[in-house]
Amino acid sequence: MNWLALIGARALAMLGGWGRAAIFFVDLLAALPASLRRFSLVVVQIHAIGNRSLLIILASGMAVGFVLALQLYNTLITFGAAESLGLVVNLSLVRELGPVVTALLFAGRAGTSLTAEIGLMKAGEQIAALELMAIDPRQRVLAPRFLAGIISMPLLAILFSAIGILGAWLVAVGLIGIDAGNFWSIQQNAVDVWRDVGNGVVKSAVFGVICTAVALYQGYETEATPEGVAYATTRTVVISSLAVLGADFILTALMFSAPR
Amino acid sequence: MSKRNLEILVGLFVVLGLAALVFVSLKAANLTSFSNGATYALTARFDNIGGLKARAPVRSAGVVVGRVTSISLDAKTFQGVVSLEVQRSYEFPKDTSAKILTAGLLGDQYIGLEPGGDEKNLVAGDVITQTQSAVVLENLISQFLFNKAADAGGTGGAGGAGGGEAAKKP
Repeated sequence: MNWLALIGARALAMLGGWGRAAIFFVDLLAALPASLRRFSLVVVQIHAIGNRSLLIILASGMAVGFVLALQLYNTLITFGAAESLGLVVNLSLVRELGPVVTALLFAGRAGTSLTAEIGLMKAGEQIAALELMAIDPRQRVLAPRFLAGIISMPLLAILFSAIGILGAWLVAVGLIGIDAGNFWSIQQNAVDVWRDVGNGVVKSAVFGVICTAVALYQGYETEATPEGVAYATTRTVVISSLAVLGADFILTALMFSAPR
Repeated sequence: MSKRNLEILVGLFVVLGLAALVFVSLKAANLTSFSNGATYALTARFDNIGGLKARAPVRSAGVVVGRVTSISLDAKTFQGVVSLEVQRSYEFPKDTSAKILTAGLLGDQYIGLEPGGDEKNLVAGDVITQTQSAVVLENLISQFLFNKAADAGGTGGAGGAGGGEAAKKP
């Protein structure tokens, strides 16, 4: 019966982990209003999370736009629909690739640094020191980072989409020679601001919540050793990537499955 | 880094993000087309709307003058009821007819308005009475095949009769 006890212990440990994560998330939400009162802390974190992710987001968006335009042209030209290239690039970026790829890059670029920072704070007992001074570390340390992540992610995602569309425009109009007027007007006819762009922004805000919460939780729960921090950063990337992809499927099914 | 510089950099980031949102909304999506409220509502009933969708364009002489706002089915007459919004700057005579047309061979369907000669104009809430349904490919093909078969049957019958005559001759 030893293995049965082992399975039971594993299941209980897993359930406990889920419970801790849920309680942590609710605490984080409850601490958010406090971070609004001291917004200068949030500004510093937006700089650390948002501004410093800007370069990789813009470079990746540009590259994705280039590649999408080149690849789609080969297929679309066989149907004589090369002019729709801008539309396909636009919809795939604004609805899916913008929010998802940005979230994956964000998990790698900003999520890991958050986890390592919080983890080392924990390892250096700075969190405990804050608690000793009767300062709630959730309000002082975690909530500003959480809010900064939620604010930064939609901005980064829409920048990714915009620079991707511009990249596709450069390739399509400059390199391939598609008519610029058609390139834009076909997009304007078919892309709806609320349905497509708006839902994309909502998606990226949800991903911002997921990525930042996972990174903060992993940092906060990290074992206070060098290996513990390394393990926690790895788990941040893995868990937030999987969570983003899963949430994307659910959100897409909710937002875009119904016919117009 | 001083606090002031940091705030300027963050402000730059936020402004850049909002500029991207405005760019995507205005240049790459349809926020500019008919977002102002200067439209009036019309209704048209069709026996078959084919593949018409909400937000499809309404054109007159090929020029976009409005959009389809909603599509529903009249439970009594079993007709498709299509609500349109037309820009207020364009007024159409009362006997204007509406057709469901297709852009190109495989393109999206849209509503074409053909103005009549009435002196009174359509006003908000009016119903366009003269409509022509969408061309459904299956119906078209089956009609074509039916006609072809009818023709073939006709000539076959004549041939048979001719054969009969030929048989009588000798």
